[in-house]
Amino acid sequence: MAVSRDRLLTVFSLFILFSFLAYADSNFSHYTLRILQNIAIFITLAVSYNLINGIAGQFSLGPNAFLAVGAYASAIFTLSPEEKLRSFIIEPMLWPLSVISVPFAASLLIAGIVTALVAILMAMPVFRVRGDYLAIVSLGFGEVFQVLANNSMSITNGSLGLKGLQPYTNLWWSWGICVFTVFCTLRLVNSSYGRAMKAVREDETAAEAMGINAFRIKTLAFAFSAFFQGVAGGLLAHLITTISPSLFTFMFTFNLLIIIVIGGLGSTTGSIIAAVLITWGGEALRFFEEPANLFGFQYEGIPGMRMVLFSVILILVMLFARSGIMGRSEFSWEGALGWIKNKLSVMKV
Amino acid sequence: MDYSFALQQLVYGLTVGCLYGLLAIGYSMVYGVLRLINFAHGDLLMVSAYIGFFGIVIFHLPWPVSFAGAIALTALLGILIDRGAYKPIRKSPRINALITAIGVSFLLENVALVTIGGRPKSFPTPGFVSGAIVVGDVSIPTLSVWVFVVTVVLLTLCMAVVKKTRIGIAMRALSRDMETVMLMGVDKDRVISFTFALGSALAAAGGIMWCMKYPAVEPFMGVIPGLKAFVAAVLGGIGSISGAAMGGMILGLAEVFIVAVQPEWSGYRDAVAFFLMIVILLTRPTGIMGERLPD
Repeated sequence: MAVSRDRLLTVFSLFILFSFLAYADSNFSHYTLRILQNIAIFITLAVSYNLINGIAGQFSLGPNAFLAVGAYASAIFTLSPEEKLRSFIIEPMLWPLSVISVPFAASLLIAGIVTALVAILMAMPVFRVRGDYLAIVSLGFGEVFQVLANNSMSITNGSLGLKGLQPYTNLWWSWGICVFTVFCTLRLVNSSYGRAMKAVREDETAAEAMGINAFRIKTLAFAFSAFFQGVAGGLLAHLITTISPSLFTFMFTFNLLIIIVIGGLGSTTGSIIAAVLITWGGEALRFFEEPANLFGFQYEGIPGMRMVLFSVILILVMLFARSGIMGRSEFSWEGALGWIKNKLSVMKV
Repeated sequence: MDYSFALQQLVYGLTVGCLYGLLAIGYSMVYGVLRLINFAHGDLLMVSAYIGFFGIVIFHLPWPVSFAGAIALTALLGILIDRGAYKPIRKSPRINALITAIGVSFLLENVALVTIGGRPKSFPTPGFVSGAIVVGDVSIPTLSVWVFVVTVVLLTLCMAVVKKTRIGIAMRALSRDMETVMLMGVDKDRVISFTFALGSALAAAGGIMWCMKYPAVEPFMGVIPGLKAFVAAVLGGIGSISGAAMGGMILGLAEVFIVAVQPEWSGYRDAVAFFLMIVILLTRPTGIMGERLPD
C-alpha cells in the first residue's frame, strides 16, 4: 500500500516538474532556459559523482576528463560527414569515423559506453593498490586527455576543436537524462551492489571478509558514474555546440566537488539540492566579478573572486559542517508526509 | 643518437629531475606520516616563487636574503596549512582530508590570482647562474650545476635529519605506527609540523630554482609540477626520501629522453609521467625503493 502510494506521489511530482518545464519552454527567456539546462546537466553530473566519492568512498577527480571524453565521443558521432570534411582542415579524419553519423540518442549511448570503458581501463591499475592513487590518476588523466586530444589530429581535430554541432540538447533531453540518471542511481544504491559499495566505504577489509569483491565493486561504481558523466558530456557538447580540448578544465570537477560536499557526501538527495543551489547561485554570484556601483562606490569587480569564495566554503564545510545539507540521509515520501502531518497537527493545537 | 648528444640530454634531464625530486620529497614525507596526498604541496612552489620575486623586485633585497626569506615563509605556510586545515580533521575519514587538501590548493591558487593577477611575471635571473660551461661538445648551463649541487646538499641534509636526529627518528616511527609512537610519549603534532616545514622548505627551494629555469611566475604554475612530483614519489616508493629523489630523476630523464629520441612525440611530453605511473602501479605498486606499508 505504502509502496504504490509512494510511486503515485513520485509520478505525480514528475508530472508537475515536466509541466513546469513545458510552461518554461514557451514562456521563459533564452538565458533562463540555458540555466535550467545547466542545472539538469549538473544534477546528472553531481549524482553520478556522488556515487563514486560519497557512496563508494573512492576519491576521484575525473569528472572533467569524463565530460571531455563523452563530449568528444558524442560530437564525433553526430557531426555530418560534410561538416567533418569542412572542419578537419589540417589532417583529414580517420576513415571509418569520417563517414559515420548517427542520431543524437545513439551518440549519447556511445559517449556513455566509451567513457565507462576509459574508466575501467583507469580503474584496473589503480584499484589494485590503495584507492588514494585514484585521485592522482584521475586528475592526471584530465591533463593527459588535453595532451592526447591536442595531438591526435585525425580524431579530435587537435586544438582547433569540433565546431558546428547541432544544438540537439534541449530542456527535454537534459531533464529526461537527469531524471533517468537519478532513477538508475537510486536503484543501484538501494540494491545489494549499493550496500556493498557502502560496506567498502566504511571498512574495506571488513567488507572483503564478508565476501565482497572490493576491486569489482569499486570498478563497477567508477564505471557506472563515468557512464553518466560521459552522457552528460554529450549533452553539454550539443548545448554549447563548439568543443575544444581546453574547455574541460579542472574547474568542472572542483564545482562538482563543492556540490557533493555541500549536499552531504553520500546523499543523492543532497547532491540534487546542492546542484540546483550552486548552479543557480554561481550565476547569481557573477556580480562579484563584474564592475558595479555599490552605494556610490565604484566596485571594479575582481575575476576569480567566486572561486576564492567557493574554496573557502569548501574548506569551512569540511571543517565545521561535515555532513552538509542532508548528511547521508535521503528524501522519502514517508519522511516528507510525516513532517507535513507533524506541522499540521502543531497548527491545529 | 651520438655520444655527446646523449650526454647533453643527460644534463637537461638531471636538472629537471632534481627539481621534481625536491618537490617529491615533501609529498612522500607527508604521505608517509599522515597517509594524505597534500594537493597544496605543488602550490607551495608557486608561493615561494612569488615571495622570492617580490623580495627582489619590490623590496630590492639581495638574492640570498630574498631566497632565505622565501624558504622560511613557505615553511611557515606549510605548518599553518597543516594546523589550520588538516589537524582538525585528522580523525575523520581519509576522503575528507583529501577534499580539504583540494580546497586549500584551490584557495592558494585563486587568492594569488585575485591579489596578484593572472599575468605571468618574469622572474629575474641572478648573474651567477647565467652562462654555461662547455666541456667538449657538451654545454652545461651554470644553472644546472647550481641546481645539482643545491639538490645534493639539501638531500644530504634532509637524509641526515631524518636518519640521525631525534625528531627524524620520531617521524619515521610515526609513519610506521602512529598509536604506539604516541604511547611512547612523542608529541605527534610537533613531529607532523616539522614534517610539513621540512617538506615545504624543500618545495620552496625547488620553486625558486624552477623559476630560474622557467622564468614565468603565475598562479597556476605549481599544478603540473606538483602532479608530476607526486608521480615521482610513487615511482620511487612513497614514504622513502631517497626513493622520491630517485623517482624525480627517473621522471626528468624519461621526459627529456623521450622527446630527444622521438622529436615528433614532443606534444606527449606531459603525458609521460602519467603512463609511468600506470606502469609502476601495474608492475610494482610499492615503487622502486618502497617497502610494503602496513595499512
